[in-house]
Amino acid sequence: MNGSARQRALTVSLLQRADLWRQADRRARRLARGRGDDAADATRLADDYRLLAHDLARVRVLMPDSRTREFLEAAYARAHATLHHGAWRIGSAVLTLLREELPAVVRWLSPYILWSTAIFALAVIGGYALVWRYPELIALFASPDLIASVERGQLWTEGLLNIVPSSVLSVQILANNIVVSLFAYCAGFLFGLGTIYILGLNGLMLGAVFAFVSLHGLRAQLLAFIVAHGCVELSVMCLSGAAGAAVGEALIRPAQAGRIESFRVAALRSGKLLFACALLLVGSGMLEGYVSPNPRFALWARVAIGVSYWLLMVALLSGWLFGRRARRALP
Amino acid sequence: MSEAAPGLTVDSVTGIDVSLPVAGPGARAYAFLVDWHIRVILALGWYVCGALFYNGRFNVTPPLISDARWFGAVVAPALTIYFLYHHAVELAMRGSTPGKRMAGVRIVARDGGAPSAGALLTRNVFRLVDSLPLFYGVGLITVVLTRDNLRIGDMAAGTLLVFEQAEARLPTPAGDAHRAGRLDAAGAEIVAELLERWPALQPEARVRLARQVLARYGSESGESGDDEAAWRTRLERLARPQQR
Repeated sequence: MNGSARQRALTVSLLQRADLWRQADRRARRLARGRGDDAADATRLADDYRLLAHDLARVRVLMPDSRTREFLEAAYARAHATLHHGAWRIGSAVLTLLREELPAVVRWLSPYILWSTAIFALAVIGGYALVWRYPELIALFASPDLIASVERGQLWTEGLLNIVPSSVLSVQILANNIVVSLFAYCAGFLFGLGTIYILGLNGLMLGAVFAFVSLHGLRAQLLAFIVAHGCVELSVMCLSGAAGAAVGEALIRPAQAGRIESFRVAALRSGKLLFACALLLVGSGMLEGYVSPNPRFALWARVAIGVSYWLLMVALLSGWLFGRRARRALP
Repeated sequence: MSEAAPGLTVDSVTGIDVSLPVAGPGARAYAFLVDWHIRVILALGWYVCGALFYNGRFNVTPPLISDARWFGAVVAPALTIYFLYHHAVELAMRGSTPGKRMAGVRIVARDGGAPSAGALLTRNVFRLVDSLPLFYGVGLITVVLTRDNLRIGDMAAGTLLVFEQAEARLPTPAGDAHRAGRLDAAGAEIVAELLERWPALQPEARVRLARQVLARYGSESGESGDDEAAWRTRLERLARPQQR
């Protein structure tokens, strides 16, 4: 048999399988949409995948510019995507995240947490010292309304619930805090500088406002206001800063094959912490809307709530809250 | 054909690589604009319906005094729809959205498989950076500058946008004609395609194309005065297996 006849015979035998290709493509589409849990169907898809790969390889040589090739390329890509599709069980994925992955991420991020906490604390001290020494600089950090209120001897938080209902206040605060937290993480993309900027700016503002209220004898009131929600809120600020710092370091000193690959690994890994941060900020927002501005809560109750919520955060991040299994030594 | 667009080639366990044509800034922008219109319409729709229901009359203005019911039932859901549209829809549609469907693109992981839920969420969180300073400026620049047209969210999540290859129609009669040995594979496809598109073509185009195809592949030729039906019959005869 000469070359041309052989090629023609191969092409003929290939084209006879067109119905099998159509069936394979239909099955891949059906399974990709998640319609059907038939195990036999899934097994057949693995066979289809091999069939399509085999035939596509031949069609690429025998009919490189044909619609048959176009069809097979598309069907093969679809079968590939369907086969390489992880299970989407949201419930178990969330449980695994909270019980196993989150503690591992926190352990991995612990040096970053330490550093971002240190940067934040230094910024607070810096802001405090700056405004304590030069009170007029408060205009750089606080709004004119806030300054006027403190100068009248009154915290801006007093009577807050007369203006805005707790529920509205909570949602506004938690949405704002979540956005700031996500920004601190995403800004790590600027080689960590964006994260440092957000941590530093928030620290400076906090320190400056504390110094300003202290100068007007309102420090105790402000502490009483923030103690219930602030313990967790400030901790989450440092946690998201740590996640952003990890992303930044991955770009500065890539550990994996390339900078982008290193960035991807760090962003996906540290991003898991952001899920916990968002959950914690929802709680903080609720406390800031319902407890902190409410004068009926005594100081001891606020402290108890703040400390309890902080301990709950520690339990969540260490996996204890969801019954993390004790690590056993490998046999 | 797949060679036309820049593509991602993924190794497969079968040894035959998978070719995925990567979507460029145009397809991305088209998908985004469609999705943006959808979410604006949904969010505005919710706001207007909620406001009409809340006010109890044809008036959509907010109350003068801040009210929890107004915020919880009208404002918060509308904002949630607008800001969490991509997160929720991409998770529910496994890496697609109505806009992406219309643009014929979908999100895939770097291995050509479907992206994980974590990757989709990370991709969307980075919209905060991609959307800076205005109108997705950062995202657009990185899409134009990177080889695989990636925005920062894609880099962080290890995803990319590829064209959803539409199902190319396999020319059914081509196999028969080819088996009969009168046409090569390309010829069989051309005849089948011409017959498929016959009803949509102008009468002059039908005759002109049929004459060209028959001159190249057919053993019989037609007369210049023949009508369309005669040309079609000749094409069908060419595409049919020969009686032996």
